Amino acid sequence: MTYEELLTQEALADDRFVVMTAENRALVRNIYAHLGNRFIDTGITEQTMIGAAAGLALRGRIPVVHALASFLTMRAFEFVRTDAGIPNLPVKLSSFIPGFLSDGNGPTHQAIEDISLMRGIPNMTVFAPADEDDLLKMLPQIWNYPSPSYVRINTRKTEYEHSPFEFGKAEVISEGNDVTILTYGLLFEQVLEAVKILQAEGLSVGFVNMRSLKPVDEQAILNAAKCNLVVSVEDHFLTGGLYSIIAEVLLKHQASAKVLPLALNEKWFKPSLLPKVLEHEGFTGKQIAEKILGYNTKAVQATIAAQEFSE
Amino acid sequence: MSTQTTAIDKQQLQATALKVREHIIRMATDGGCFVGASLSAADLILYLYSEWLNVNNGNLDDPNRDYLFLSKGHDVPALYGTFAELGLMESERLKNHLSIDDHIYWHPNTKIPGIEFHSGSLGHLPSVAIGVALDIKIRGGKNRVVCILGDGELNEGTCWEAMLVANAYKLDNLIFVVDRNQFQANMPTEDLIPLEPLHDKFAAFGAAVKRIDGHDFDALHEAFSAYPFQPGKVNVVIADTIRGRGLPSIERHADRWFCNFTAPEIESLLRELHGEHQTQLTSETLVVR
Repeated sequence: MTYEELLTQEALADDRFVVMTAENRALVRNIYAHLGNRFIDTGITEQTMIGAAAGLALRGRIPVVHALASFLTMRAFEFVRTDAGIPNLPVKLSSFIPGFLSDGNGPTHQAIEDISLMRGIPNMTVFAPADEDDLLKMLPQIWNYPSPSYVRINTRKTEYEHSPFEFGKAEVISEGNDVTILTYGLLFEQVLEAVKILQAEGLSVGFVNMRSLKPVDEQAILNAAKCNLVVSVEDHFLTGGLYSIIAEVLLKHQASAKVLPLALNEKWFKPSLLPKVLEHEGFTGKQIAEKILGYNTKAVQATIAAQEFSE
Repeated sequence: MSTQTTAIDKQQLQATALKVREHIIRMATDGGCFVGASLSAADLILYLYSEWLNVNNGNLDDPNRDYLFLSKGHDVPALYGTFAELGLMESERLKNHLSIDDHIYWHPNTKIPGIEFHSGSLGHLPSVAIGVALDIKIRGGKNRVVCILGDGELNEGTCWEAMLVANAYKLDNLIFVVDRNQFQANMPTEDLIPLEPLHDKFAAFGAAVKRIDGHDFDALHEAFSAYPFQPGKVNVVIADTIRGRGLPSIERHADRWFCNFTAPEIESLLRELHGEHQTQLTSETLVVR
């Protein structure tokens, strides 16, 4: 099943759903044929789309809205905050090509402050799936939850079969004493690689797919803090993302830990195709493992699949 | 004048409009309010709730009611004054203006029954109104959606973005009403960001446009009785109004937008509203919040 098939299925089963886009049709090219006038394309108008989504939600609809991540979260920020956030309306934001997924587009399209912005809005919920399987497992619960939500859409395919999604719960892939890596979104793939390398070097490695960033699984973070080193890995600015979330949770519970953040520190990333971006910015599995180890290994980095499409 | 205008009791409306203005003036002390912009919109808001909208105490949750969105939210005293006069709100409650124990403040919010959506940030409710109008179209409903805009608010690009989308979706169940009082916060619109020719601008965006005297109940009635102005076209009413209407001592005064009058000034202004001499104002002015 694909994102579009799942959305079509949900919308056909429940006529509260309307599908909207600010002319970003990559994920919803075929849905008009199924939904007719419940598919609404407002053109390149992210702000008007969000306001109209709020109006539709006032009338009992559940609008699932689509736009490129940077424009959805930044150009339309005040509309999201004021028209969906203040009244707590179930406007569902599907954010396309967030983080490194904007690969060759350049900094205009780099949504690497989206988690920070969206989680700062009262009533907003925030999710970042590891891959398509994770995405499809979380969406039905998110779409049926009576609050606005932000989802970093990630339709990349991996071999990993995720556990069922629980709202506000992280997915613990493995537990370990030496180091625990916390991540979300497409870097899950690379951390899977990194974990194998670290284990081959003899480390006991914990690995957590955070997936639900708001509400966040505080216990998963506190559990990770019990090992010698916590590593946060994210395609996001250092400020406001997972590293900040970990700091907030540790402070709230008066806990401490040694934390190594791997994030974009006060910089946009160099645009190229995704595999080259990861390598240039130091986020391949091998690079992540070696940053944690503090030395180079003879491990061979697995091939990184390129993006299927971009817009 | 059209025969349709015989359906309204103009004298009654004018008498009620005076009472709405009294409410507005009484709210303009102890912290004050946007009195000038409220006085300009008072007649058109009163007309809509009295004569045109299918909105009353008994149907505020009915999906078949009409909707009014006050995008120019700082004129909410005119709306509350209207609610008080039409029985949608207790008049006594207006004394709670700016009270920490109530929800009556400088911009509208949905804690007050009859308010469809909060506003205050300009250029938002055109799109929210579009969402409601779209849903009514999808469901085949007959209800109508009014969105009141300030003329200064038309500086916001999202007003024009919304006009493009309303035109694309042929939202003839949606009426944008511009309170054309010729002023934005600090100065005349034409001296800062000129809007004219405004009729032509809206027409160029595909709207069916009427321009009327927004203080003339016959003209309001004639315009709204022609709804929908043209099938398949979004409706626009440009209501030419006077900022501060009813109080010559502040009418068209650029520095009388947000006013916080003293108690003696309020009493004098209430007499001025009823035709007595102008008030000598000494209270703070041009308090831009």
